[in-house]
Amino acid sequence: MTLAAAFFYLFAAITVASAFKVISAKNPVHAVLYLILAFFNAAGLFVLLGAEFLAMILVVVYVGAVAVLFLFVVMMLDVDFAQLRAGFMKNATLGFTVGMIVLAEIVFFVATQFLKPGALPAGLVRAAPIPQGITNTEALGRVLYTKYVYFFQGAGLILLVAMIGAIVLTLRHKPNVRRQNISEQNARTKSTAMDVIKVPSGGYNIPDKAAAKVAAE
Amino acid sequence: MYPKTLDTWWDWGLWLALTVGLSLLLLVVLLVIVAFLLLMDRKVWAAVQMRRGPNVVGPFGLLQSFADLLKFVLKEPLIPAGADKGVFLLAPLVTAILALAAWAVIPVGNGMAMANINVGILYLFAISSLGVYGIIMGGWASNSKYPFLGALRSAAQMVSYEVSIGFVIITVLLCAGSLNLNDIIKAQQVGIGTRVGLPASFLDWYWLPLFPMFVVFFISALAETNRPPFDLVEAESELVAGFMVEYGSTPYLLFMLGEYVAIVTMCAMTSILFLGGWLPPLDIAPLNWIPGPLWFLLKITFVFFMFAMVKAMVPRYRYDQLMRLGWKIFLPLSLVMVVVVAGLLQFGPQVR
Repeated sequence: MTLAAAFFYLFAAITVASAFKVISAKNPVHAVLYLILAFFNAAGLFVLLGAEFLAMILVVVYVGAVAVLFLFVVMMLDVDFAQLRAGFMKNATLGFTVGMIVLAEIVFFVATQFLKPGALPAGLVRAAPIPQGITNTEALGRVLYTKYVYFFQGAGLILLVAMIGAIVLTLRHKPNVRRQNISEQNARTKSTAMDVIKVPSGGYNIPDKAAAKVAAE
Repeated sequence: MYPKTLDTWWDWGLWLALTVGLSLLLLVVLLVIVAFLLLMDRKVWAAVQMRRGPNVVGPFGLLQSFADLLKFVLKEPLIPAGADKGVFLLAPLVTAILALAAWAVIPVGNGMAMANINVGILYLFAISSLGVYGIIMGGWASNSKYPFLGALRSAAQMVSYEVSIGFVIITVLLCAGSLNLNDIIKAQQVGIGTRVGLPASFLDWYWLPLFPMFVVFFISALAETNRPPFDLVEAESELVAGFMVEYGSTPYLLFMLGEYVAIVTMCAMTSILFLGGWLPPLDIAPLNWIPGPLWFLLKITFVFFMFAMVKAMVPRYRYDQLMRLGWKIFLPLSLVMVVVVAGLLQFGPQVR
């Protein structure tokens, strides 16, 4: 257990420190890199909790895909820091309020751990059951595809709608863009792709078809 | 060999010594194998082009990789003046360390993994999806145009092909019913081969029932590791050397090493998912005397040989063709296969 505790403090300390660096880093790319470090250590904390499936999914989804796109966008953007700083005081009250709400929620959550059992109405707070004898992944699958299947499907539908929305918003069909149609290319045969032009020997008589082409160019 | 409990300091010491020792052994063996596979890559490439390939250092050029290592290490590392120094040096380290970290869960023999974790395949998938960071960081930190363009290309390319790799892994998981790499290999002892009268043979492995997925995985693995014909990240005709333009000496060596270790990891993944990992091809006397790790190595070498042949034979893809292949062909194909395989397993005859 001491080893687990040591690793907990290590992961937790790095998570907090890198989360702080996310907001204090001057360079936005560095901020995203610190964010990735924070994600990574959060995954480590999940592993210590025994939630190895969540840990891996966190790394695959957030670190492997979402943060890559973050980094992608941040690198391409020309971020003007002076402009960003100017808006700081304007948004400070809003940011402060959100921060306070999150802090209060955390305090409430921690406080429930110290309540006597039965102090809260039954069903309000329920501890997550720890699966016995089956792996983490299987336990999650068993509740996700049985008890919560409609919520799961609903979440999937919302994501699908969001994806279609993103595509609709960004899809532009520019006119006059030459696109490659591979099936069309593969369907070409000798008769559709070739023009056999009979060139009479001697003299400079260009056949009509080729002459038209030259004239057009 | 491992202590059952960690009650005393003696147990702790033994556990620590064994873990560190075995990890070191695995790494050293892996790096030596990678050195020779790299040579094999060049030899195969040369043979296809009717050249001799490296043949000067050592007999038949066997020591070429080690000579290259020495050369890289002895050169002076240069850091461009405009580079972001920290990220610039971190990038090759990230590439190499992540590539090596994947080997913590790979079972080289029956149960012979450094960490035989329940979510082994997810760990491998996660680690291989992180490989893109080394490239993006290197490309951005160089503060130069070619590396940056290369990094952007790689980010798009690797994210695209990860999706189909994920779906391929899901089909295999559905068949095996486990996320543990060792269990996935064990599940391949029973299959088509058993039904036709060759129990625990190469016909049982998943390459046969999941053949389309095997092909998709192989091609996606090429794209994921930036191997030719998908090496647009470092296409010399367009981007000189892509994200590696500004690198030299040991940082370049680390990039190169990370790339090749990632390729070998992908070969290992292919052999675990589709070629039965450490299982012998036929469960008969002389073949099942050969230890599992050797079979595993042989399969990795075979897949690597195919990688090398593809490099030698196929011309480089154009970038939009690459994207088209990933999103318009592999993604729908693998999605449909997930549905088909799941449906067959649920409603069809017992194909397992």
